[in-house]
Amino acid sequence: MAVIKTENLTYIYGEGTPFEKRAVDNVSLEINEGEMIGVIGHTGSGKSTLIQHFNGLLKPSSGNVYIDGERLWEDKARLRQIRFKVGLVFQYPEYQLFEETCYKDIAFGPKNMGLTESEIDIRIKETAEMVGLKSELLEKSPFELSGGQKRRVAIAGVMAMRPKVLILDEPASGLDPKGREQILTMLKDYHTATKSTVMIVSHSMEDVARYADRILVMNRGALYCLDDTEKVFAKADELMAMGLSVPQITRVFARLKEMGVSFNKDVYTTPYAVKTILERLGKSV
Amino acid sequence: MDSFLKAEGLWFSYINEAEDPPVKTEVLKGVDLDIKKGEFVAILGYNGSGKSTLAKCFNAINIPEKGKAYVDGIDTSDEERLLDIRQRVGMVFQNPDNQIVATIVEEDCAFALENMGVPPAEIRQRVDDALKTVGMYDYREHAVHKLSGGQKQRVAIAGIIAMRPECILLDEPTAMLDPAGRREVMKTIKMLNREQGVTIVLITHYMEEAAQADRVVVIDSGEIMLDGAPKQIFTQVQTLRNLGLDVPQVTELCYELKKAGVDIAQDIIGEEECAKALFELLK
Repeated sequence: MAVIKTENLTYIYGEGTPFEKRAVDNVSLEINEGEMIGVIGHTGSGKSTLIQHFNGLLKPSSGNVYIDGERLWEDKARLRQIRFKVGLVFQYPEYQLFEETCYKDIAFGPKNMGLTESEIDIRIKETAEMVGLKSELLEKSPFELSGGQKRRVAIAGVMAMRPKVLILDEPASGLDPKGREQILTMLKDYHTATKSTVMIVSHSMEDVARYADRILVMNRGALYCLDDTEKVFAKADELMAMGLSVPQITRVFARLKEMGVSFNKDVYTTPYAVKTILERLGKSV
Repeated sequence: MDSFLKAEGLWFSYINEAEDPPVKTEVLKGVDLDIKKGEFVAILGYNGSGKSTLAKCFNAINIPEKGKAYVDGIDTSDEERLLDIRQRVGMVFQNPDNQIVATIVEEDCAFALENMGVPPAEIRQRVDDALKTVGMYDYREHAVHKLSGGQKQRVAIAGIIAMRPECILLDEPTAMLDPAGRREVMKTIKMLNREQGVTIVLITHYMEEAAQADRVVVIDSGEIMLDGAPKQIFTQVQTLRNLGLDVPQVTELCYELKKAGVDIAQDIIGEEECAKALFELLK
């Protein structure tokens, strides 16, 4: 079943003013439960505006959003409950940490949900382990931690609400290669362990290629496509034209094809490239 | 070639005065580095390794605790020469929104020149030249906040080159940009270096960007660990990974193929050379 569904979703900033801008234009899509989705699009393509509709931060100018089968905004009294189903992690979420200790900061969301102290305690410990935060750090001030650790605390705060859908805007931006890998692997493990839906907005085609099952491409407010990773990266020229890219390895294989060496399937990750070449050379993998 | 930026036994620490007694964190521990006029140097290192701190030593934002930093022969600890240093070395930061000061593109670009007391007619000329250089001349009367990230970052670069610095330090200028924005900024940086001879120091986490430099310097815990041509650096795949870094995908591919017993060069860092090597292998 679709956990997120939109029907002709349109959002216009400053409607009726001279600065009117159609940020999301007639988008209809379905995200299934348990998927890992990569979201790409140029700056200003409408990615952030779109995802803010998924937990009711923005109200559509027209069209509908359904979360877990329930139409958002139909009954305002239900909005709060629906919001707990979709956790949104903004870019640089560590700037939003505010509590005295990491423990209290992670507890903020669950507390608002009205959970008991003991239930909150269980969730905090579970989530801390999931994001790789040592238990002794929980009593520390989040402001004493390193950048990468702060970000884990901020993400844990949303995960602890156990949303059905976790949406993260550029979760790895500003981190060094190792930090990137750690955060993304952690999200993949979370996805596998909880079987929840995860959406990651990213400007790194390489990261999206490695971690997503399907990719959602936004272009100038419209949904360009929502398709399997390899089908999306097969459209290299179209992606380049809309200010995006394909992974470096995919560009190399496109060049090889021009030279006359082609493969049946498109290549978009390094391990797959290694496997493909070794097979062609008749070497065992 | 002449040395332009020079660090000699450079030490730098941050001191947290809020603690009692104040807590001192040593960030740079005896850095020796010599960057020649006209070089394009990429600096790599994990978060907290000291890369940005080092860059700020070359713009006299940070003054060495021990040792020396020189810009074009000027000692950065000489306060009287601060303006000379800042006019020679411009700095571009990660977030374009934090470095834009005016509401209109050309006004933003003219900001430093006005402060330097450049005559108005010359400001006009320099701003126009700078905006043309980065390809933003057509947007000179546009509102800055309506530009894309890549465009804003190019306006920030234009504001720097209008000062006609001999060197530009860029601290992760593409970290917040989309792929097109990254391409625009990298193209601009390379053009400034190759065509106008501007010395470039680029701090980045993108290995593909570093591979385009003349020289790569790797910093780890405040010390320089590796320093050489991109080909020399990126062939050390395991060392880089141990330092929390990575290599371009093409280099990783050749490294993994070699490990599996395939005879392929190990100093491949570019797409075209990788495609050619694979073609030779598979044709």
